[in-house]
Amino acid sequence: MPEGDRSVLEVRDLNTVFRTRGGEVHAVNSVSFDVERGELLGVVGESGSGKSVTMMSLIGLLPMPPAEIRSGEVLLDGEDLLKVSPKRLREVRGGEVGFVFQDPMTSLNPVFPVGFQIAEPLRRHMGMTKAQARERSVELLELVGIPGARGRLDDYPHQFSGGMRQRVMIAIALACEPKLLIADEPTTALDVTIQAQILELVHDLRDRLGMSIVWITHDLGVIAQIADRVLVMYGGQVVEKAPVKPLFNDPRHPYTRALLKTIPSVTGARQPKLETIEGQPPILGAAPSACPFRDRCPLAFDRCHRENPAREVVAPRHDVACFHPSAHDPSKIGAEVAA
Amino acid sequence: MLTYTIRRLIFAVPTLLIIAAIIFFLLELAPGDPMANVPLTVPSEVKEQMRQALGLGEPAPIRFVLWLRQFFWIEPLNVVDALVGTSFAEGELRIISWQNRSPVFITIAERIPQTLWVVGTSYLVAIAIAIPIGIYSAYRQYSMFDQAGTFVTMIGFSVPPFFSGVLVILIFAVQLRWFPSIYDTTLVVNSWDAFVMQLKQMFLPVMVLALQITSQLSRFQRASVLDNLGQDYVRTARAVGLPEKRVILVHVLRNSLLPVVTVIALYVPAIFSGAIITEQIFKVNGIGQLLITALQANDLPMVQTLTFIFAVLIVVFNLLADLAYGILDPRIRYD
Repeated sequence: MPEGDRSVLEVRDLNTVFRTRGGEVHAVNSVSFDVERGELLGVVGESGSGKSVTMMSLIGLLPMPPAEIRSGEVLLDGEDLLKVSPKRLREVRGGEVGFVFQDPMTSLNPVFPVGFQIAEPLRRHMGMTKAQARERSVELLELVGIPGARGRLDDYPHQFSGGMRQRVMIAIALACEPKLLIADEPTTALDVTIQAQILELVHDLRDRLGMSIVWITHDLGVIAQIADRVLVMYGGQVVEKAPVKPLFNDPRHPYTRALLKTIPSVTGARQPKLETIEGQPPILGAAPSACPFRDRCPLAFDRCHRENPAREVVAPRHDVACFHPSAHDPSKIGAEVAA
Repeated sequence: MLTYTIRRLIFAVPTLLIIAAIIFFLLELAPGDPMANVPLTVPSEVKEQMRQALGLGEPAPIRFVLWLRQFFWIEPLNVVDALVGTSFAEGELRIISWQNRSPVFITIAERIPQTLWVVGTSYLVAIAIAIPIGIYSAYRQYSMFDQAGTFVTMIGFSVPPFFSGVLVILIFAVQLRWFPSIYDTTLVVNSWDAFVMQLKQMFLPVMVLALQITSQLSRFQRASVLDNLGQDYVRTARAVGLPEKRVILVHVLRNSLLPVVTVIALYVPAIFSGAIITEQIFKVNGIGQLLITALQANDLPMVQTLTFIFAVLIVVFNLLADLAYGILDPRIRYD
């Protein structure tokens, strides 16, 4: 694959396991991907498909124990974050990798003013004085579009609305101009108009600041709108990876196709029922030895129950983990070849 | 906040009046006569005159109102007189103890320092120990430290002071002879040696009281920190690269102290009344012991006054707890 120094982040064969009372849960299984400079990588999948756990594993944000990263490499500009010292990892967090979480209502500390919380990473990573950090906080709040930024520094999180709080979270994540911003379902807890504003804001910030973004969501509409490339995750694995257009026009994995089918169409006759994917995503008690999607897959055949498919390149920059012939040659199900 | 405070204070007035009435009329039901231990040779007319002199000639409701007047008006005037040297309260009848025929407030003022020394110190010691223990236990949940802490606090919780008090006397005063078992109230701290002696004699009662208070507070603190460690804002603090020390001691601590401060404030009145047994064991003649002896001697004005003071403390510290919460938690505004 034509990667290398074009990538800001390379993840190789990451495995994360949770040790629980009921045994082990294999949440992330041999996940490999890369994030190119300045690109917006969308990560989609159902709840429980391992999206968030993968991203939190990258910078050690999972509580350990119970979580345990069994193996893998996380190369941020060539430096393996799984091997660095805790001190270096803290420099990376907030300094080089910014993180925006799902729920802006609870992700800010309720007893400190937002100015204090934005200034913390600035003083920590950039060595700013109190006054400098304050000035920069004003700039950041203006950057994320909070009106009257200077006057709002001493306000507490509860004095902001949900959308404004998420802007504050983004400001904190952007404070030290990270190379990579990981946004974990940042708009899921917001209503649709606010969601659109946040999407526009992030898109705009990416263009202005030139950083890479990993955007986790289960909303395919959001992905279509902002992503450059898409990673589809299922059962703690990457099942398909493609640039956004081919993914929507020429999905290869049965799971991706099923996901796309679940989007209700606004044109044509109204369906009596919304399309769903029957069943539940699996909870893996051991490393997968068969395709994790086999029980819900309409195309599953005996090989799917014996082996776990590896990802194979099926088109330029497009790979998929499926044994079924249609994944490799879409004509077999009558779809047009795109990309 | 100010309007809220004033409103609360105004609401406190009827509360306190009702409490005072309940205490007064309950004690009215108690048997007992201040003249009971006057020799039988004293003629009954003289006894009756002595009763009149103590203000017992009136019916109970009138005596209640008179007591209120004494408590809220005459006694404060006496304090002013003593401080400024005026004589506003001259000739007014104060609340008189039936035991020693002297104003109860003079006795109370004599006893308060001992209680404050012993109980106050133990409370401060308990807070200073309980909060760090609570934080560390929660941070290392189920570690050896946490397990040991749970075990010790369970003992501290469940062993009553009349047992632990006697136990520590047996160990430290009788066997090891490190500390005296009796608190000497007459000790005047005017030299280094006297100060050391004071510390030594305070040690055992403070230990017994502090064990009990530490047990409760550290459990509260531990639960509160555990509650907060799972919050999303802790993950955010870690995600911006703050060191664990700052995450715990700044972000988590401030949030976890909110409920604990309330508990601490609410517990202050209880330490005065709760120390009664400990004071008794170590012969600390503080407020608690005063109440016990007054009860035994049928000294109703003393009992009435002390009990009411405890009630006032409870009402006041309830208010202080609420106000402290409002100051510490920016989400709470009382106006």
